Amino acid sequence: MSNSSTAIHNKTLSELRGMLDDKQISAQELAQHFIQRIRTHDSTLNCFVSVTEDLALLAAQQADEQIAAGQAGLMTGVPLAHKDIFCTKGVKTSCGSRMLDTFIAPYNATVVERLHQAGTVMLGKLNMDEFAMGSTSESSYYGATKNPWDMQAVPGGSSGGSAAAIAAGLTPIATGTDTGGSIRQPAAYCGITGLKPTYGRVSRFGMVAYASSLDQGGPMARSAEDCALLLNVMAGFDARDSTSSEQASEDYSAQLNIDLTGLKIGLPREYFGSGLDAGVAQAIDEAITEFQKLGAEVREVSLPNSELAIPAYYVIAPAEASSNLSRFDGVRFGHRCDAPKDLTDLYERSRAEGFGDEVKRRIMIGTYALSSGYYDAYYLKAQRVRRLIANDFQRVLSEVDVIMGPVTPSVAPNLGESFKDPVAMYLSDIYTVPVNLAGLPAISIPVGFAHNRPVGLQVIGNAFAESKLLNIAHRFQQVTDWHRQIPDAFK
Amino acid sequence: MQWETVIGLEIHAQLATKSKIFSGSSTAFGAEPNTQANVVDLGMPGALPVLNAEAVRLAVTFGLAINAVVNRRSIFARKNYFYPDLPKGYQISQMDLPIVARGEILIEQEDGTSQTVGITRAHLEEDAGKSLHEDFHGLTGIDLNRAGTPLLEIVSEPDMRSAKEAVAYAKTIHSLVRYLGMCDGNMQEGSFRVDANVSVRPKGQAEFGTRAEVKNVNSFRFLERAINFEVERQIDVLESGGKVVQETRLYDPDRDETRSMRSKEEAHDYRYFPDPDLLPVVLDEAYIETVHAGLPELPNDKKQRFVKQYALSPYDASFLTAERELADYFENALKVAGCEAKLAANWVMGDLSAALNKAGLEIKQSPVNADMLGGLLNRIADNTLSGKLAKEVFEAMWAGEGGADAIIEKKGLKQITDEGAIAAIVDAVLAQFPEQVAEFRSGKDKVFGFLVGQVMKAAKGKANPAQLNAVLKQRLES
Repeated sequence: MSNSSTAIHNKTLSELRGMLDDKQISAQELAQHFIQRIRTHDSTLNCFVSVTEDLALLAAQQADEQIAAGQAGLMTGVPLAHKDIFCTKGVKTSCGSRMLDTFIAPYNATVVERLHQAGTVMLGKLNMDEFAMGSTSESSYYGATKNPWDMQAVPGGSSGGSAAAIAAGLTPIATGTDTGGSIRQPAAYCGITGLKPTYGRVSRFGMVAYASSLDQGGPMARSAEDCALLLNVMAGFDARDSTSSEQASEDYSAQLNIDLTGLKIGLPREYFGSGLDAGVAQAIDEAITEFQKLGAEVREVSLPNSELAIPAYYVIAPAEASSNLSRFDGVRFGHRCDAPKDLTDLYERSRAEGFGDEVKRRIMIGTYALSSGYYDAYYLKAQRVRRLIANDFQRVLSEVDVIMGPVTPSVAPNLGESFKDPVAMYLSDIYTVPVNLAGLPAISIPVGFAHNRPVGLQVIGNAFAESKLLNIAHRFQQVTDWHRQIPDAFK
Repeated sequence: MQWETVIGLEIHAQLATKSKIFSGSSTAFGAEPNTQANVVDLGMPGALPVLNAEAVRLAVTFGLAINAVVNRRSIFARKNYFYPDLPKGYQISQMDLPIVARGEILIEQEDGTSQTVGITRAHLEEDAGKSLHEDFHGLTGIDLNRAGTPLLEIVSEPDMRSAKEAVAYAKTIHSLVRYLGMCDGNMQEGSFRVDANVSVRPKGQAEFGTRAEVKNVNSFRFLERAINFEVERQIDVLESGGKVVQETRLYDPDRDETRSMRSKEEAHDYRYFPDPDLLPVVLDEAYIETVHAGLPELPNDKKQRFVKQYALSPYDASFLTAERELADYFENALKVAGCEAKLAANWVMGDLSAALNKAGLEIKQSPVNADMLGGLLNRIADNTLSGKLAKEVFEAMWAGEGGADAIIEKKGLKQITDEGAIAAIVDAVLAQFPEQVAEFRSGKDKVFGFLVGQVMKAAKGKANPAQLNAVLKQRLES
């Protein structure tokens, strides 16, 4: 569906690849185009924490040399931006927090390094909820990111900067991370495609940890086809991450076009209950009808422990976070309070000043859950629930190929609403969180609009079924054009 | 009232790996501060731990050596607390499932009594860095070179009933970990650290008393003194109607006392939970078998063998097997010499050990190696050297003058064993001292020693003493 009339910033990776290889545009011109887009639009959207223009032009120059020498790979010269949770050598890695406002990592995350080696051109670092804790990108120290589809709406979170930047054409692709829905939910709210891979598929080395047993980096782009290209570079075993899978990664572009005839889709009744917005439900139904037209079979399934996922998640994730964030103590890096009078004062004020409210809330929840006398009742019980949820998925996914449902119960809320009632915000993660608890891959694809805001469909697969999820998403995107919709202000 | 002391020890043995337990940084001691700390050791955001396989092997080695249960699945857990030299705000350790579970070890005290001490568990963990309070003018410096150094924490049962027993146990573990090559045992550099849990109870009472944990004991001598101080302190408290408080106490060697560091109320809630960055350590039978096959002969087995094979006394065997290097030295020297084992044992335990002690050297640093000592023993065994000459040759070897034969040749120290030659010297001396000869013959036996001395002097010390004695006696009595 290549279209020579689309603007450069709305082209797919394969279109950009062709233009670069045919010398219709140089990597430097491409980088300059996106830098210009960022300069024009980001003052209102606030997607970027850092714009690395000089580094981008340098990388683009090197890419041009490689292209000229006939040594270009699939990603050489492709602009991208990283969620500001990935460590970038020499460039600030803030994690959306005052705590790391001055932090410059001395090393690259594995994901950043691999993409750098592949010849991509980093445009900058993207805004996010502080330490990836939030569903709206409003908890960032750098202020809220706006949704390109509606400037009154949040872009979702925590990878809100990534989703909004892609939707607005400020970068063609971006990295994100997903602990409880942080790739899929902003992808859904911003009308783009985002894949949370199987836990262990993408290295966590150099990714600032929120909840280590749930965190997973993944690709975000307009289309599944572009996500596959990005995942090809991101995925793979990393000896520096003990939880990284040794299973060989695949060519995720290779199976995009497999026919879907006979695909068995399970629709969990728990994902279509009373909490689901009618407009969202309708868009989902229409998408599923589209899959039936493509030859898929649909049946109802049940994931009976789904309702336990949110409470279990909000014990496990904060518990791990309370420990993971202990290293931010004002001693070696990050924010340090002025003139501490003793060690306790150094700790208390550095952390009180460096962390925002939502981070503090989760550290307190997690500390409580791990405390002597409460550990069994909270942490151990939550781990048992996690096992039950994983068992639910395993059973259903032995009967059907994939599970489909909404990414979120409703469309993007208005800015400023969510943190008035954090528990209600937590509950909006009901369809995404169980997938992290089970460690499974899931993709979010745009399937229409409700209340003039984008709706995302979630497709959940078995462990290491990324190729199948991308195949399913790609076939859908070949017969629909929801992923090609551009907000008017950013065409 | 009669009191009984109850002691359990927690020993931290630093494992002799080249790199740290969760990172590739070097573990070498004494480098410039913070030059051996990479992003993992510094607890940088996004850095992740990767387990050092060698640390696992050494822990398993220890488990097998104490006949312990080696858990086929063990788990790393985070111990959470804030301290400036703890970079991540938690220590990676093991809690519920340690790599080594219940085992035991035979200990022997100086008086020869022996007993078995239970070992509750041994678990892997990372060391913290160091806080340096000197040279910073009211501030504290942090050195993270030590952060992430692998430790095996060896926890004993409360099986010891006196400071002497505790020291014997600590020494036995110290010897074992060195035997196994898993720890250099250097207490001054902190490679082998001992904490003592001490309590007292009325004799005959089944329940344990409240214990105090005594830390900062960096020699066996201090361990004995710290425990004895602590026992007396607790008895004084109890006898004056007080209660022992559960607390951590630091030993101060300068004042020879223990002082309260923190009470149970101030103790941390460490909020242990399984570390999600690390997979469970799963060991299969083939792996255990491989480690088992690589085990060296253990100290106690070696001691039994020395008694049996070399007909040494238990005391000699214990002395020689206290260190693997010393035992190897003894056996190598013996192999070269082919002399009586007792002769070799006497030299290793006597002149050699004395010289090493005086010079402050380890056996592996000895200027006289096992081959050289064996060469010397050969010349003693074949009567080339008298005991006195042998000492002279040993001193020359120690001074670096070469092997025994070369020194004997160079210095002309060869013993005179020719009967005729000795007799000639004897005759000449007797002719020189007729008065003394007459005295002897009139019954003054004491003068015999004088005559021996004169003959030896005339022989320049080289006459074989036994032959000299025999010839002199024969001449005087004829």
